[in-house]
Amino acid sequence: MNSQILDQLKRDKILDLLKTGKRIDGRTLDEQRPLVIETGVIPKANGSARVKLGNTEIITGVKIQPDKPFPDLGDKGILICTAEILPLADPNAEPGPPNEEVIELARVVDRGIRETEMIDLHQLVLIEDKSVIGMFIDSSVIDSGGNLFDACSYASVAGILSCTVPKWEIKDDAPVLVEGVTSKPPIKTLPVSVTMARIGDYIIVDPTKDEESCMDARITITTNSDGNICAVQKGGSDGFTAEQLLQCSETALAVGRKIRKQFEQLM
Amino acid sequence: MTEDGIRCDGRRLDELRNISIKVGVLKNADGSAYIEFGKNKILAGVFGPRDVHPKHMANPDSGILRCRYHMSPFSVTERKNPAPSRREIEISKVIKEALQPAVILKDYPRTVIDVFIEVLQADGGSRCAALDAAAVALADAGIPMRDLVSACAAGKVADRIVLDVNNEEDQEGQADMPVALMPNIGKVTLLQLDGMLKPEEFKTCMQTALVGCKRVYEVQRKALMEKYFQNGEQ
Repeated sequence: MNSQILDQLKRDKILDLLKTGKRIDGRTLDEQRPLVIETGVIPKANGSARVKLGNTEIITGVKIQPDKPFPDLGDKGILICTAEILPLADPNAEPGPPNEEVIELARVVDRGIRETEMIDLHQLVLIEDKSVIGMFIDSSVIDSGGNLFDACSYASVAGILSCTVPKWEIKDDAPVLVEGVTSKPPIKTLPVSVTMARIGDYIIVDPTKDEESCMDARITITTNSDGNICAVQKGGSDGFTAEQLLQCSETALAVGRKIRKQFEQLM
Repeated sequence: MTEDGIRCDGRRLDELRNISIKVGVLKNADGSAYIEFGKNKILAGVFGPRDVHPKHMANPDSGILRCRYHMSPFSVTERKNPAPSRREIEISKVIKEALQPAVILKDYPRTVIDVFIEVLQADGGSRCAALDAAAVALADAGIPMRDLVSACAAGKVADRIVLDVNNEEDQEGQADMPVALMPNIGKVTLLQLDGMLKPEEFKTCMQTALVGCKRVYEVQRKALMEKYFQNGEQ
């Protein structure tokens, strides 16, 4: 009960500030929190990244191994992104099977990287229809401070950019690892996910946990390097007007350009 | 698709598939609806407001809405495992969040309204069709609502923006954008996209889908009128 009263007070305070164009942590409405990216943090993984977006912190590891292709996609390698909220990351997170929020998080992160076609999957084929290279990008939220969608997406992209792909040769129809030979992953474009929250009539970029607790609705838009919009997910218990959504798509493109510069430095 | 914009199933670019909705098809549910949307065949049943189990989920200030979107094992070409997949769990969540703005939950503290959706046969756009049936079922259950929720997808196929993407177009197409709208209030309550759209195409695609939603609304409204105003009176 107590927390509901606090949430209402928090919302009143946040809305009052928004009316003067300010946010509770001093940012402007379309300003992201500082993004800190560190790569190569897990040497046993083929690629890894530790990303801080404000108080949110993610560790992503990329594992690359030969695999069988999906039955109808024999000319493409495999790309799978997952995300989970570790129980140490949040007082409300529990060990055990993922709940619907976590499933949505993982699927939205995966969709952003898949639909922008960040990786040229055709270059990850060893023998068509039989053997391909699989890339598994697993993100763990280790400290949850709001906007897990963008933080996990940035960590996944940074993990992929940092990875080295081992080489396999085909001997007797089976892949054999060639020691000491690696290559860069076949990157086609840089996806950037931008999440916005609507509180009252205001739309804010990169909501904190406090802002999320009192938002009306949420939208995540992922764009690619060519300025295309490739993935969208609306969430939250209320909606947006069509005008607000178009405004959000423009904000996502503008904010995306800034983040993409940060990614380019990793390449 | 042909040069003059005739699609693989004979429709024009801005044409919906055939939609029929029947209200009150289940005897045990408090409200129900059956929709045929192209080849989609979907049932929706609503129970409640009723006591919440498990009890700790109850909210003393408001009712809660729960939603389950489920596909029958025989609804698709290859048998589907009956256990709920991650896709179904995500769709259940986005459908719930699309319906929530329309339902006046404040009137029913400590209770739950359960929406169960069963996809008996799936074609493209099953989440939109499911949402259309669920909104009508909620109205049929007599739940106070601010508006109906009408959903429809648009997409990009062979470099053209088309309304109501079918299964074949979804597989071959370049983008799929499901949209839900509260047609009288003018609020978009569901928006998803996968594919690749230029910013102008994003705008056109959304506007195309919104036009579709309004047409779906007329079908939903007619179906409700048929059950509740059989003599033709308003």
